[in-house]
Amino acid sequence: MTTEDVTPEHDRLASVVRQHAGPLAAALMRITGDFATAEDLVQDAVLAALRHWPEEGIPDRPDAWLFTVARRRALDGFRRADNYRAKLAQLQWPVPPAADERLRLIFTCCHPALSREAQVALTLRVVCGLTTEQIARAFLVRETAIARRITRAKRKIADAGIPYRVPDDDELAPRLTEVLTVIYLLFNEGYLATAGPPQSRDLAEDAEWLTGLLHQLMPTEPEVAGLLALIRLHRARAAARFSAEGEIVRLQDQDRSRWDTDAIADAIRLLTRTARRKRPGPYQLQAAIVACHAEAERWEDTDWEQIVLLYDMLLHLAPSPVTRLHRAIAVRYSTGARAAMSELNDLAEVLGEYHLYHATRAELLRELGEPDQAKTADRRALELTANPAEQAVLHQRLTWA
Amino acid sequence: MKYVLLFVEEEQFARDLEAMGPAERERAYQRVYEWMDTHADKIRGGNKLQPAETATTVRLGGGEPVITDGPFVEGKEVVSGYTEIEVADLDEALRMVSTWPGCPIIEIRPLM
Repeated sequence: MTTEDVTPEHDRLASVVRQHAGPLAAALMRITGDFATAEDLVQDAVLAALRHWPEEGIPDRPDAWLFTVARRRALDGFRRADNYRAKLAQLQWPVPPAADERLRLIFTCCHPALSREAQVALTLRVVCGLTTEQIARAFLVRETAIARRITRAKRKIADAGIPYRVPDDDELAPRLTEVLTVIYLLFNEGYLATAGPPQSRDLAEDAEWLTGLLHQLMPTEPEVAGLLALIRLHRARAAARFSAEGEIVRLQDQDRSRWDTDAIADAIRLLTRTARRKRPGPYQLQAAIVACHAEAERWEDTDWEQIVLLYDMLLHLAPSPVTRLHRAIAVRYSTGARAAMSELNDLAEVLGEYHLYHATRAELLRELGEPDQAKTADRRALELTANPAEQAVLHQRLTWA
Repeated sequence: MKYVLLFVEEEQFARDLEAMGPAERERAYQRVYEWMDTHADKIRGGNKLQPAETATTVRLGGGEPVITDGPFVEGKEVVSGYTEIEVADLDEALRMVSTWPGCPIIEIRPLM
């Protein structure tokens, strides 16, 4: 990675590209009626922008610039497809805006008939305008692997007849869940990797931007608002999550004065407004749990009873052993370590390969006066995590505890 | 677009069908016929296959053809029938199979 990748100018470039790539893809998609063609043209235009803009500066109308490049490329390139040429030749700037088309793009990229990996790569490229190289770097995967993934996905969209449209009402709920899963995965990837290469930070930002876009396009969907609030509540506290050395700072040790209290208040207002729709869902509940933490001025002020209650509601809607583990942690602070331990014991079988299960067990064992067993659990957790920042915490505990 | 729906049975499904009384089995078949009727305008053909034990697999390419008893993949899941359909796109095919009352797995393959 070169230093220019992380300069403020580069950030601005990336955000300008992201803002305009999706609408351009949507417009080209409408004209050509062909997903793969539209996607190729956008990618070409984005690459041209990344080549020219750092030297020539960002143009006054980046959207018109990108459009002109894509159009010229299309007219040059598609000798075979006379119908595209004819359509594109007629096309003039400005293209009439159509918010709904970006929604179609998102739903096509996240179609359940595509693999999760393909959904993620396509969404980043088509909706956020990332290049193949940027995606590869963010996921620490070879560029050729990402390129192959995208090519295969585009072929499947064409050959298997994956439609380019927003799902009908009767199928909207599961398909929206699919989209939110993709975005949440992106967010987690970016959020957890914060100690990794600086470029990875973009994914959390991309995830927030995507959710914001989706919220703007589907303002009455409570789970979209819930995910947006959840991501914003996390990002509002990001500055306190890592030490200067890049190590994770535990929630109880974080300097809460570094939290962005305005952003927290905004996110909580969004969540409260959304709750009035009385259509609770897993993202709204997770956001509410994070809000409990974000609202506490000190660790000691955390409302653990409320958090346990919210976890109960979450488990009711979306049963999961990992959620039960998190609930057990809340039980530790509301009731005590022994109660939490007995909940953990029930999870031994399903979460035996999950590092946080063992890390949590280690903490409880230490509190219950079993330092040797605690060390064994920490060691097990260390074996199971691949995340360098989490490894560092566990190493430190093994050395000092 | 044209697709073929490959209906796939598992051992459990075959056992459940086996365990049914005649009236119950009749009702199960009836539900499949009803589904076929409902979607008749999109169905272009298809058939139920004889059980996998009746299959014969031939492998070519290495001198003499090698003939073996049984389906080409040994497994718990076997193709038990197919239907060719013509619908607008994959979503319509997905919506169609979501109400399929028979075997538990369906593979949707576009035709060339």
